[in-house]
Order: sequence, then C-alpha cells, then structure tokens
Amino acid sequence: MTPENLFEDKIAKEIKIEPRDWMPEKYRQTLIRQISQHAHSEIVGMLPEGNWITRAPSLRRKVILLAKVQDEAGHGLYLYSAAETLGISRDEMYDQLHSGKAKYSSIFNYPTLSWADIGAIGWLVDGAAIMNQVPLCRSSFGPYARAMVRICKEESFHQRQGFEILLTLCRGTEAQRKMAQDAINRWWWPSIMMFGPKDDESPNTIQSMRWKIKRFSNDELRQKFVDVCAEQIKTLGLTIPDENLKWNEATQHYDFGAIDWNEFWQVVQGNGPCNKERLQARKKAWEAGAWVREAANAYAEKRKARESTQAA
Amino acid sequence: MSKAFVSYLLSLADNTLILGHRNSEWCGHGPILEQDIAITNMALDCIGQARNFYQYAAQLMGNHTTEDSLAYLRDVTEFTNCLLVELPNGDWAKTVLRHFLFSTFQYYVYQQLKNSNDTLLAAIAEKGFKEITYHVRWSSEWVIRLGDGTEESKDRVLQALDAVWSYTGELFQPADFELQAQQEGWGADLLLVKRNWDEKIKAVFEEATLPMPPTAWMHAGGKQGKHTEHLGFILAEMQFLQRAYPNSEW
Repeated sequence: MTPENLFEDKIAKEIKIEPRDWMPEKYRQTLIRQISQHAHSEIVGMLPEGNWITRAPSLRRKVILLAKVQDEAGHGLYLYSAAETLGISRDEMYDQLHSGKAKYSSIFNYPTLSWADIGAIGWLVDGAAIMNQVPLCRSSFGPYARAMVRICKEESFHQRQGFEILLTLCRGTEAQRKMAQDAINRWWWPSIMMFGPKDDESPNTIQSMRWKIKRFSNDELRQKFVDVCAEQIKTLGLTIPDENLKWNEATQHYDFGAIDWNEFWQVVQGNGPCNKERLQARKKAWEAGAWVREAANAYAEKRKARESTQAA
Repeated sequence: MSKAFVSYLLSLADNTLILGHRNSEWCGHGPILEQDIAITNMALDCIGQARNFYQYAAQLMGNHTTEDSLAYLRDVTEFTNCLLVELPNGDWAKTVLRHFLFSTFQYYVYQQLKNSNDTLLAAIAEKGFKEITYHVRWSSEWVIRLGDGTEESKDRVLQALDAVWSYTGELFQPADFELQAQQEGWGADLLLVKRNWDEKIKAVFEEATLPMPPTAWMHAGGKQGKHTEHLGFILAEMQFLQRAYPNSEW
C-alpha cells in the first residue's frame, strides 16, 4: 500500500492518524491552522474574562473565575503541544498570532461590560464552543482528539458555572435581572456567529469533513445550539433577542432570524470593538516577558555548564 | 474567643487575600504560559487560605458576618495586612521577589500555627502550609534564576529589592494581637519566625548571587490600618459590585 492509500484507509476505518504517520501536506497544514487557531482562542479568551477577576462579586465567584481562566491557559497549553507534534514551534505560532497571520475566535473581540457577561460567556460562548468541540473528540488526528476529550470535560463544567451565574442574577434584584438580560442581548448574536460562515460560504468545510477533522457542518451545529438555548432560556425567564425565534413543527427545530454577516466579517477583519486591545495585550505580555525568558534560558545554560564541569 | 484572636485571624486573612489579589492581576499576562498558570495557581491558594481564615473569623464574630462582608465591606483602615503585599506588581522580578519574601514569612508562621492550641486554626494552617511550601520553592527558584540569569535580570531583581526591602521589617514587628497570640499559645512567635526567615533569605540570596541589603529604615503601619495609597485602589476595584448593588446575592 502506498502511504497515501494507507492514510486514506486509516481515515476510512476510523483509525487515528498519529504524528509520525505519513499525511498529506494539506492535511497537516489544515490541522496546524485549526489547532493553533484554537490554542490562540484559549489564550486570547483569557482576557475578556480575566477583566473581572479582580472585580468578582464574592470570594467564591472569584476563585471559580480564576480557576476557569487558568483552565483556559491549560487548554492553550495542550493545544499548542498538539500542534507542535505537526512540526511547528510554539514561538512560531505566537509570531503568527502577533503578526495577525493567525486568527483566533472573533467572539473574544467583544467587551465584557458587566458581571453578567461572565455568566453569558459561560452559558453561550462556552456552550457554543462545546457544540463545536465535542465532535472534535473524534477528530482523525490523535493528539488533537485526545486534547479535546480533556478540554470538553472542563468546558462543560464552565458552561454549568456560567448558567448558574445567570440563574443567580435572575433570582436576584431587578437590577441584577436587567444586567443578565443586557448581557444576553449583547452576546447572543456573536455566539451564534461562532459556528462560522454559512455552509455554502465555508471553503474549508468539505475537505475537513472528508478527512474527518470535522464531523458536522457549521449550519448543523448552529441549529443544534439554537435549539438547546431556546429551551434553556425558559429556565432563566429571560428572552433571546431574536423576534423570529420560534419552534417549527415541520422541521422539529427552532427557526431563527438572519445573522448580520457584515458584522461577522468586520470583526474577523479586525474591526471588532476590542480586536486591537486584545492583540496588544498579548503582544505586550510577550514583549515584556522577553527578558524573563532570556534569563531563564541563560540560567539553565549556566547550570548545565556547571553540572558538566562537575561531572568531568 | 477573644477579640485579639479575631484580629489575628483577620490579619492572616487580609495578608493572603491582598497578595492573592495582586498575583491574580497577572492572570492572562504572564511572561510564559506555564508561569501564567503557576502564578494563577498561587493566587488561588492565597485566596483560598483567606477564605478559610475569614470564615472562621465570621463564625466567631456572629451577627450575620460572612467571609464576603469581611472582604468586601470593610474599608482601608480596617484592613490589617502588611504593606508589602499591597505594593503594585511592577515587573516579573518585583512580583516573584515579593512573593518569595512574603511566602517565606508565611511558611514559618504557618509552620508554628500547625501546633496552635486552637485546633481549627491549626488545621487551616496545616492545609495552607502544604501550599506555601510550593510557593517558597517556586519563588526561590525564580529569585535564583533571575539573580544568576542575565545582566538585565540581575539588574531588575536589584531594583526590585530596592523597592520592596524596606517593607519587610513590618512583618516581624508584632502588633498587640500578635504579642497576645504568642503569649497565649494560639499564634506564632515572630522572633523565631524572623530567625528562620533571615536564614532562608540569606541562603537563597547567596545562591542568586544577590547581596543582603543593609538593615535600614523600615516602613510599617499596615497592621494598624495605616496603609499605602495602593490599598484604596485595590479595594475600590475588588469591592465595586458589592458596594454598587448592596444586599444582593451573587
């Protein structure tokens, strides 16, 4: 069997592709793009929520939020490691992020304006992420699939925490309920945009599905998400800001209104409310940390030299 | 239980809450992803310890006091943390150096508190001691790495040392409640803590090729509620929601 055939055969038989296996260059590049984009999203995603760590309204909420943002750093770490198995270094990936060549999820270019946003992000953004990511646990590339299993477990925990924040606000004062509704009004549409462009405008989907990197199309996942949220909002006693949202007996799904794709592309192209700040914060951390990394390397070298002198 | 005991608990709590707050400011902005995770972890430990101390104090104070009313509804003059922990983070050198100086102090305090004649305080200290053991190891490794790393890193630690050293004397100047703590056997003997602390700092500085700063003027006042200007801003940020929306559940 040629390497190509062997690869195709594994894909067909649902056998995982491992880093040392032969793979088409395009498959490798697609995965590097997707995994690094995912890793960057985790790292940039720490920023909007990180905003509220010092302002969390109780000590319990503060430790939950800190632990959550820390989990995201951990997810970034597994994902960078998974991408590194494909022959790209973490520093190269950072360069791509900082230069704007690599993208991250546009959702993190929206601001967190109130405490309720932390709840809305947990419920909607993490909820949408889970919808996207659960099928990735069966992705054909082994290291990615395994990283995703761990990530999904933690994400579903985060989603429950987010929903619980909203539920607490909804059972609280009028001002708190208003805060929760306002957050949902702002996060709803960006969240359903998280599934990406419509299927007929998503250039990478067909090949990715054929390679079993992706298992469902953007529109399929989006519909699933809308169906779930349309039910869950009832528990909160709030409303989803879409007057066209209604149950359709014939399709057995919720219909929903038109997405403003102009906004989506504007944010992707760098014109979202926080694109500049987010990237700047990442660059600043990286640049301000340069001397720390240099010192750590210099010290490690010195130690190694001393140890080898001692051994000799 | 005496008023001094509650004051003692609150000062233990305030110290570790404010240090945790400062460390938490790094979350998402660390110089290396692994270290971002590490410092966030230590922030979590610190705030977790603060919660234990506050909860115990709240239980003794009664009158609907909670961990949150203690953290969120007291003003600057009621906080009795040492000034060292409220200083701004500065760069990585200042943050790790402060963490080293303070967690080494906490280490020897908790070590004694494990034998406190108050069993609940002893149990809280026991748990915190395990965490702080790691904090001391992590921060001393960083002080050594930066001190003996590059010229720039050494220069930065020296600058950091210059900025924070004069805030270390206060740690060992006992407030009234600390004197009582030692006399009555539920708290730590700060003279003994000081002896151990000096030894540890000296050993780590030596390995880091850093000079021991001369004994000079030391700032104080935190234990009496006389703080730097920085604490007010920390509280303004931390307490904002509780103050803006009083009597709400979160």
